[in-house]
Amino acid sequence: MNSVLQRFTAPQRLLHWLMAVCILAMLFIGVGMVSTVTPKYLTLVSIHKPLGIAILVLALIRLALRLRYGAPPLPADMPAPMKLAARLSHFAFYVLMVALPLIGWGMLSAASYPVVLFGGVHLPAIVPQSDSLHTLLWNAHASLALLFFALVLLHLAAALFHAFIRRDGVFEAMASVSTSDGAAPAE
Amino acid sequence: MPQPPRPPARSAIGSLVLIAVIVGAAAAAFAYTAGLFSPGRLTPDKIVDALTPPGVDVAGHRRNHAKGICFTGLFESNGAGSALSQAQVFTRGQYPVLGRFNLATPNPNAADATVRVRGLGLLISTPDGQEWRMAMIDPPIFPVSTPQAFYQLLLASGSKDPNAMKEFAGAHPEIGAFGAWAGSAPWFGSYAEERFNSLDSFIFTDGSGTRHAVRWSLLPAAQAVPVSPEDLAKRGPDFLEQEITERVRGAPQHWTLVLTEANPGDPTADPSKAWPEDRRTVEAGTLSVQQIEAEADGPCRDINFDPAVLPTGITTSDDPFPAARSSAYAKSYDLRTAEAADYPRTTTGAKP
Repeated sequence: MNSVLQRFTAPQRLLHWLMAVCILAMLFIGVGMVSTVTPKYLTLVSIHKPLGIAILVLALIRLALRLRYGAPPLPADMPAPMKLAARLSHFAFYVLMVALPLIGWGMLSAASYPVVLFGGVHLPAIVPQSDSLHTLLWNAHASLALLFFALVLLHLAAALFHAFIRRDGVFEAMASVSTSDGAAPAE
Repeated sequence: MPQPPRPPARSAIGSLVLIAVIVGAAAAAFAYTAGLFSPGRLTPDKIVDALTPPGVDVAGHRRNHAKGICFTGLFESNGAGSALSQAQVFTRGQYPVLGRFNLATPNPNAADATVRVRGLGLLISTPDGQEWRMAMIDPPIFPVSTPQAFYQLLLASGSKDPNAMKEFAGAHPEIGAFGAWAGSAPWFGSYAEERFNSLDSFIFTDGSGTRHAVRWSLLPAAQAVPVSPEDLAKRGPDFLEQEITERVRGAPQHWTLVLTEANPGDPTADPSKAWPEDRRTVEAGTLSVQQIEAEADGPCRDINFDPAVLPTGITTSDDPFPAARSSAYAKSYDLRTAEAADYPRTTTGAKP
């Protein structure tokens, strides 16, 4: 552990935490709205759609930042299976962050529902109206959302494992608040 | 050498327990939000389950208003509705419509004369890309005041307990007005002679931002001729669909869209309560039904007439039903589109 602490760049850290809030809210809104018939249903649906599109846009920006700036190296002493799990989970997060909003948008399109963001702002349909496509996309949206939440829990457990038990700087690579440059030493 | 900040030492076991508690709490909050710990919560699944009659094959069909027939046509707006709402549908002009005449039954094969309540689903599209969807019925008031009471009504009417309906009516006296209508109102031999009502109240916002609580109705141009239910029963199980197909083939059928504005204090939250007759009304235009198509392969088949799909200038009010209907209709739509193979897309397949 003699290397300097390396962190994600400040824009990457900001996007991570902003999206963490958005995605958690999105997942809770999703399971909440499909289990109620109260007027909250319409309120939650009206947040779910624009928030999903916002996550899609943020995810694309984040993907561009990741491709541009990369990620700090994992600690050299981290076991190979843990490194593999970390890399696979990050890959899965990027896939889900982009795919889930697109699948939701496609699902509404296949059912011929208007995709209302706010007020009179609508998005066009991205797939033709189709009962079979609607069913496929609906099932994918629901099961991938549950998978997403399971992955969030795993990510949370792993982050705390790094923070509390391994104390190897992986948690701080994303958690530190300082706005100094990613490769700079802490403090 | 700079060091990452180190928290005070804690045993590995203690840390693992702390992690398990944090992750477990997050999972529990998620399960709570999904309703796993709230068996009493009224969900769309419960409403749809309660609607589904035992022993009837409903696969591929709407879970209520299951029997119906598609139409297309025009809404010709006269511009007067702009006094109440800025929605483009109220500016003078012609807008395409897609709709569905239907019977308020979960049985897709019900004989037409056996169903007391008839309905009309409508979707009006405007050039600004917005849609106004609605689902109306012919009684002047809804049977109950709340979605919870509607669910209780479904349970009571499906119950084997002979006293269930009596007990329900005792707890929900508002159903008396509906019962009186059902027992005394005339029956008609055609969808074209029906008046269809929104029953639910919505908030219309005009160009100056003023809000108006509104219910609306479609008033038929055709002369309504009462026919006894006994005579209707002799007309064959699909007489309404055959009659409207013939009638529209002969000439387009028309309804006038009448908007009714509440006075302050009128019961907007309760569709089982009629508003007094003297309320301000605005005739906003004319619906022309120009072509009838069978549902099985018709344009209304895969459309959800979700009454919460509204253009800018119309929003829901304190009436809790549009939200509940939107939620339950979506569940019904998800189910029936997944069962599409059970409802073949041929006209002959529609009527086994």
